[in-house]
Amino acid sequence: MILILRYAVSRFATMLLTLWVVSILVFVIINLPPGDFLSNQIAELRATGQAEGVAKAEFLRSEYALDRPLWEQYMIWAGFMPGPQGFAGLLQGNFGWSFEFDRPVSEIVGDALWLTVLVNLAAVLFVYVVALPLGVLAAAKSETWVDYTAGFVGYLGLATPNFLLALILFYYGHKYFNLPIGGLMSPEYEGQPMSWDKVKSILAHLIVPTFVIGTSGAAAMMQRLRANMLDELSKPYVETAIAKGMQPSKMLRKYPLRMAFNPFVADIGNLLPAMISGSVLVSVVLGLQTIGPYLLTALKSQDQFLAAFILMFVALLTLIGTMISDVLLMLLDPRIRMGGRTS
Amino acid sequence: MPLLDVSSLTIGFGKSDPVVQNVSFSVESGETLALVGESGSGKTLTCRSVMRILPATAQLRGGQINFSHDGVTQDLLKAPERQIRALRGSRISMIFQEPMRSLSPLHRIGNQVAEVLHLHQSISAADARQRVLAQFERVGFADPARAWSSYPFEMSGGMRQRAMIAMAMISKPDLLIADEPTTALDVTTQAQVLGLIKDLQAETGMSVILVTHDLGVVANMADQVVVMNKGRVMEAGSAKAVLGAPAHGYTKKLFAAAPMIPAVAAPARTMPHGDLILDIRNVTKTFALRTSGWRPPALITACRNVDLKLPRGKTLAVVGESGSGKTTCAQIALGAITPDAGGEVLFTPNAGEAPLQVHAMSKTQRRSFQRDAQMVFQDPYSSLSPRMRVQDALMEPAEIHRIGTRTQRREKAVEMIRMVGLSPDMLPRYPHAFSGGQRQRLSIARALTLDPKLLVCDEPTSALDVSVQDQILGLLEDIRDEAGLSYLFISHDLAVVARIADEVAVMRAGVIVEQAPPDTLFYNPQHPYTRALIAAQPEPDISRPIDLDLVAKGAGSPADWPEMFRFKDETAPALRELEPGHMVRCHA
Repeated sequence: MILILRYAVSRFATMLLTLWVVSILVFVIINLPPGDFLSNQIAELRATGQAEGVAKAEFLRSEYALDRPLWEQYMIWAGFMPGPQGFAGLLQGNFGWSFEFDRPVSEIVGDALWLTVLVNLAAVLFVYVVALPLGVLAAAKSETWVDYTAGFVGYLGLATPNFLLALILFYYGHKYFNLPIGGLMSPEYEGQPMSWDKVKSILAHLIVPTFVIGTSGAAAMMQRLRANMLDELSKPYVETAIAKGMQPSKMLRKYPLRMAFNPFVADIGNLLPAMISGSVLVSVVLGLQTIGPYLLTALKSQDQFLAAFILMFVALLTLIGTMISDVLLMLLDPRIRMGGRTS
Repeated sequence: MPLLDVSSLTIGFGKSDPVVQNVSFSVESGETLALVGESGSGKTLTCRSVMRILPATAQLRGGQINFSHDGVTQDLLKAPERQIRALRGSRISMIFQEPMRSLSPLHRIGNQVAEVLHLHQSISAADARQRVLAQFERVGFADPARAWSSYPFEMSGGMRQRAMIAMAMISKPDLLIADEPTTALDVTTQAQVLGLIKDLQAETGMSVILVTHDLGVVANMADQVVVMNKGRVMEAGSAKAVLGAPAHGYTKKLFAAAPMIPAVAAPARTMPHGDLILDIRNVTKTFALRTSGWRPPALITACRNVDLKLPRGKTLAVVGESGSGKTTCAQIALGAITPDAGGEVLFTPNAGEAPLQVHAMSKTQRRSFQRDAQMVFQDPYSSLSPRMRVQDALMEPAEIHRIGTRTQRREKAVEMIRMVGLSPDMLPRYPHAFSGGQRQRLSIARALTLDPKLLVCDEPTSALDVSVQDQILGLLEDIRDEAGLSYLFISHDLAVVARIADEVAVMRAGVIVEQAPPDTLFYNPQHPYTRALIAAQPEPDISRPIDLDLVAKGAGSPADWPEMFRFKDETAPALRELEPGHMVRCHA
């Protein structure tokens, strides 16, 4: 146990280090295209001859240190170095200013952050809840109609474009189950404090997005689990378990499933970012108030602080995901726990 | 009434002819029956049908398997699945061939063994633990409590097989089916595991069905013998009758092919050490184990102060158990790993030339060295790419070394495949179309395409059936004499090298403990470990059973050897020449 705790702590330290490196990368990449939001705006204002606008934009440029060298901009943004307003970077909890929306980043993404986490967690949960039994069943009953049906549904899920699935589900969901269309809550709750009715409204709105975002992930995961399980089922220890007189279902759960679980768990880390970036388009189509649409706008208009913050957030989720899966693997697999000794 | 009575058992796959045909035998209680045969003989399917754990595609086409227990007789082939499950693990249990893979790596040994008890009776966790610990002690675990909480990968192969035996014996079955239980183990471990099974049988009075390809094992264990080939019973009877005077031609063939340690009257030849093709001098190799954290890495010495001299045209065999350092020696000889400073590996491709320093080769030297020194691997199933035609595999070495034109390479491939006794029209085929023995011929052919001077053979026959092993050894001998090759032959089996080697070096714990021509070694073995190796070799003769005492004395820890041979702390005594050409590591 102490071993695992120590591992978790050291893993957390590496996570912070990685996050720091990621922040540099994100900042550099966002600044790679020539110009920035304000210099673009200034050029535009000059072209249309609006002098007072130019003055304001110039003021903002110095206010946000965009006229300084890149490394200084980074240090100020991250909060390692005092900027025009003193220490006011990520480290101090100041996420910067969005030029596009003319508001602080924290105000724009505030709710969207939690809704993003909510939607994607729901989708990840959906992936696991669907893929686990189907994958195991498909492997246990391989080459029977169960397997073929599961495989067919899986490929259908993989092959259908998400936005198309979204539109279809909206139509039929509304027609037959009276599911709400679009958004993550009924309009009357927007901007309202949390209440039981609001929660219910959010849950009802979650059904379709979860399904849409999770389907392809679940299909892929199911196929992977099936393949892993089939590999494991042909191993001699399965025969040993049968020779002990175990029931097939119990045997399946205790031995091969435990072994096939490793890649399943290791995927948690990859699943989160794939879903968040994959769900951008879906969020736009479904009108979800997640950070996806904001990211799209911010990247298009070079709204650098907004884009950088969202990317940092996605990176943080990824790192947390991999950390969780690493610690879980440690708990699940004694071979990993005992440190690289081969079997 | 016999405990188990198998009558006219027939099993097939798909529409093809049955692979087990009309097999009948019976096992009395307390008796051991050996099912003997080579791969593809149907012996494994036969023994598994008793447990009814056949592959899903296998069809039972007929026959009965009657099992008598508690006063009732049941046809195991017709009994409902639930009843079969109740018998598995409780009345009939099984030990498998590969102890490495037959235990789940994710569950503790204690958990996996105690599970059998929980499956078949209601027993409290504490009682189950008590019984499992007692069983662990019985099968020879020095510290049962530690074994209980160990994972399989923390144990050696022999220990894992002991755990498997504990698992099979925990509910005191009436019948134990052992499917090649010792094939994956070292000879000395094999002797001890066989001894353990025999002792347990004497204690509990159970019957044993022993599936094996090794007549030596049969002679040591069996009361009754059933010899199978291609799904049919060739010969059956008491061990005394079958082994004493084999009647069927196939049984006689098996006998002829079984490697044996010859009874030597008086040793004659010593190997001259004049013109050496390979000279390994004072080679030590230390590996650093990766450890977590910032502690200094643990050092493991794979081999220590090894001196090996291989004269041109001769065969030098290095024999030892797994972990003895023999494979490290082979890798050092081939320049695949560099020895620690101070060690030298000198290779003289042609007599009279200046030797090449293998331990410090330049890139160009390495290229020409690779042409002159080739390797034959242990597992012919994984050493040939399944996606490459045989001709491409045979032409590839020449392509890599840019030798000859495409036609010349093809001609060479034809020549090589003829040389190893296969036909040139097999060239366009893929490896899966060949049997294990044919594949090993192909890998020998591939090793020979560059006309090497030295061939390093790493257990080239240990994955093969006895009769095929016999053929491959014959082929290697012919090629050596024909092409004037020199062999460095790595093996765990003294009987195999007895035939081919001019000199044998026995390794244990990283050092050579005894070195002599095979005749001298068998006539006058000095070191307790060599004696244990020779004693552990099962002979197909029921009047010469394995002497377990001798095995235990020599194969145990070097600390238990007689004073004269004992290591002082980590330092081993020096190799001393007792008589010309016979070196033993001992104190004066």
